[in-house]
Amino acid sequence: MATALAVPELEAKHLHPSAGLDVRGWEARVAAVAACAGQHAARVDAEGVFPVEAVEAMRAEGLLGAWIDRSLGGLGVSVDQIAWACSEIGQRCASSAMAFAMHQIQVASIVRHAGDADWWQARLREIASAQRLIASATSEVGVGGDLRSSKCALQQVGELGTLTKQAPVISYGLEADDILATARRTDDAPAGDQQLVLLRRSECTLEQTSRWEALGMRGTCSHGFTLKAQFPLEAVVPEAFARIATDTMVPVSHLLWASVWLGVATDAVRRARTSARDEARRSGRTGGSTRLAHLVARLHAFRGVVHEELREFSARMHDPDALGTMGYAIRVNNLKVNASESLVEIVQGAMVVAGIAGYRTDTPVTIGRHLRDALGALVMINNDRIVAANASLLLASRED
Amino acid sequence: MRDRIRSVLRHHAQLAQSIEELADDADLYRAGLTSHATVNVMLALEDEFEIEFPESLLLRRTFGSVNAIEEALMSVPTSSTRG
Repeated sequence: MATALAVPELEAKHLHPSAGLDVRGWEARVAAVAACAGQHAARVDAEGVFPVEAVEAMRAEGLLGAWIDRSLGGLGVSVDQIAWACSEIGQRCASSAMAFAMHQIQVASIVRHAGDADWWQARLREIASAQRLIASATSEVGVGGDLRSSKCALQQVGELGTLTKQAPVISYGLEADDILATARRTDDAPAGDQQLVLLRRSECTLEQTSRWEALGMRGTCSHGFTLKAQFPLEAVVPEAFARIATDTMVPVSHLLWASVWLGVATDAVRRARTSARDEARRSGRTGGSTRLAHLVARLHAFRGVVHEELREFSARMHDPDALGTMGYAIRVNNLKVNASESLVEIVQGAMVVAGIAGYRTDTPVTIGRHLRDALGALVMINNDRIVAANASLLLASRED
Repeated sequence: MRDRIRSVLRHHAQLAQSIEELADDADLYRAGLTSHATVNVMLALEDEFEIEFPESLLLRRTFGSVNAIEEALMSVPTSSTRG
């Protein structure tokens, strides 16, 4: 009966009062995307092609506007819900999940820092309504991988801004509708005085300088480019990039990357479980695998770390002072190091549990792609560099 | 106090321009102060003024200008003063 059916829906809303839309709606949308990503994952990996189908599914489900307020046509979901989606998609295809995560990081930076000028409100509306995919051009040749340093600078020519940037990596640069780039504020600004500019693909020329041929994360198509752009001056995000990095880009990146990796680890353990069950059935032994039991414990600890840091960010996210402390910077850096190391350990352990079937690349429990994708986590923002930064910050910080 | 702050900045801030050219309210980050140099500035200020900054002051904006540093130093509780 209709009245009886209405009850659980009310309960779901009551349980998630902060949700921007019916939680079930979000779960169903994400499930559809994850299923699509899973169908194409093997080919995306083997051929090193962009997961076009998964991103089309994200568009169809409105996921590219997830972080944008409902009043601007987005879904207005919480950071926890987006992180959960990263993990769900990550269980099926790490490249699709990482593209989703990177897009959300760019949107978050705009939503939280572009202010409420009409130009930006219109731009956000357009991102939501046209489901525009946003790539990032933050890295640059010659700055040693430091997000907070730029060589290139914004220039003004008449009414327009111009930018030329040597980008060693722009993930899915060729497939994106917009590119968010860092650059020095002016030609005479120091390396750390940066701003963000949101470029339409039609305002850019991308000359490809390298091809992404990597062990894993092959579908991110993280080719290198020389980026040249001409853009309206309004497209420069007014707030200093230093603040955007500290308050949003760095913590949200590490939270969403860690969530993608949690998904990869979860699926690797699932495959190990399948394998251990098959083995128990075959051999008639019911003792199970203690190695698998350890792995599950490790996975639960990993999940705990991600949830704890999501809670911490949610508690601080509207307080720039709380986001800006050295103590919080250390925490966020530790999330990245802990999550990536957990991922590699868990996936490697899962392969041993699955044995030769896991090592092979042609079985239902193959862990090959997971292992190759996982190793990338150690070097995308190299852990050694993050630990060195923390060593320096720990000279100052007193937070335990 | 400002002279002592400026002296610390001269030796530790590694700015892109000379501290003498900057006003007391000039944005040091725009002048090239990096997060790594901020740690050195903070440690040098603690030595110079024989204090310890509480965690709540270990913020970007605490070290954003000569004025901001002065304000922070004056707000450090006496219990944080080193014996």
